[in-house]
Amino acid sequence: MSADSTDEGLPTDGTAVVVGASLAGLRAAETLRAEGFEGRLLLVGDELHLPYDRPPLSKQVLAGTWPPERVVLADRSKLDAMRIEAMCGQGAIALDPVGRRITLEDGSVLEADGVVIATGASPRRLPGTEGNEAVGVLRTLDDAAALRARVLAHGPGCRVVVVGAGFIGSEVASTCAGLDCKVTVLEAMPTPLAPAVGEQIGAALATLHASAGVELRTRVGVTAVHPPDGPADGQPAEGAPAPGAAGWVVLTSGEWLAADVVVVGIGVRPNTAWLEDSGLELADGVVCDGSLFAADAVTAAGDLARWRWRRDGLDESVRIEHWQVAAEMGVAAARSLLAGRRRAPAFDPVPYFWSDQYGVRIQVLGRPDPADEVAFVDGSAEEGRYVALYGRQGRLRAALAVGRPRKLMAFRPLLAAGASWQEATSLPLD
Amino acid sequence: MRVIVDFDLCESNALCMANAPEVFEVRDDDFLYVLQEEPPDSLRPKVEAAARACPKAAITIVD
Repeated sequence: MSADSTDEGLPTDGTAVVVGASLAGLRAAETLRAEGFEGRLLLVGDELHLPYDRPPLSKQVLAGTWPPERVVLADRSKLDAMRIEAMCGQGAIALDPVGRRITLEDGSVLEADGVVIATGASPRRLPGTEGNEAVGVLRTLDDAAALRARVLAHGPGCRVVVVGAGFIGSEVASTCAGLDCKVTVLEAMPTPLAPAVGEQIGAALATLHASAGVELRTRVGVTAVHPPDGPADGQPAEGAPAPGAAGWVVLTSGEWLAADVVVVGIGVRPNTAWLEDSGLELADGVVCDGSLFAADAVTAAGDLARWRWRRDGLDESVRIEHWQVAAEMGVAAARSLLAGRRRAPAFDPVPYFWSDQYGVRIQVLGRPDPADEVAFVDGSAEEGRYVALYGRQGRLRAALAVGRPRKLMAFRPLLAAGASWQEATSLPLD
Repeated sequence: MRVIVDFDLCESNALCMANAPEVFEVRDDDFLYVLQEEPPDSLRPKVEAAARACPKAAITIVD
């Protein structure tokens, strides 16, 4: 196919392959089909499960209030109805973006007229803990099931050490506290969630942990996790973890913490290893233009997509790991593919994310920067329910609410319109 | 056009309200209220945006 014809967009009777069968990939496939693509449509994913929703994993699935199958986003009958061929348990290992050829783990090759890359990200692990099965992460349905089984096997009083007080770590701590575990959260920064919401709000959110009896320790790192049968030098005389437990968590302070289970939530890395020889530009993600194209007829969406975002005089290369952004990017990546590179509109979302922890909902619109100015416009940290705004350079950049969904949403049109800090902070809230 | 919300799925994220405040309202009790179950066609783009924005896909539009 010539470069000219790819500029015209994906031929509606061609073949489209979406690599990555989680939220962004599924939304991309659904959108292709819903918006006029009539050809062969493949959705390739390395997990054995059908596309499923991740936010409930650290909450309802870990808590056991939902059966795991409830997280499925699209079952076989729904996929069949949309004529989406889901290939589960099939990782991609290489892409030729010029010929649009995708090589799968089993050596087979798929040829496509259009490709959406949506292989997501994988959790970072603590170095030296490979092989210790009681040191886990929480990203997949299998991770959540394994963690739940391990916590239940230890029973009430299970000593859970959570490394990292980000959103995943905080939610896991909250859920484990609800399962009668004795939970300790370790955070290297001065407050939880500091990179996401800044230290002022982070300090306000830190109190949630204590309210549920969870011990939060900040400004502390982990130097090692020694299995129960590991080296005894420096080991405390009492409280030794039983065989099968995670072992001793050794802190940068020199202290040893006994842990039955360790959960590591220290961020993710984009899954781009399979693209290393593709010739696509990779830089902490797949580098895309403003319309999510990584190459002609190749778009990317979700946690691994880094796109050129121009708005309000800013021109940034950003990669965002939020559920809502992944969902919207999946839609946008499909539309870009259908429209072709010349005509595709820019991807310009109002980022949104939420977190449920300790019975409280935290919601954030926009993109807070830890260096932003912060103003409370409703409630206060003391009350535990509030709306706070983030501003920089005279502009509203983000709005955060704790237990205030209605008032938060008043700021969405302002964020979409690029409102001034003055206008935002003087908005009347009923 | 008829708006149907699956309240077993709804988590009151309130994104629907941000997109179509004429139709959806999350009140201080944190529950979603549908203000117009059969909104006029002039609101269709907003209601469709609201349905797409819902993180739980709890909103459906029936014609």
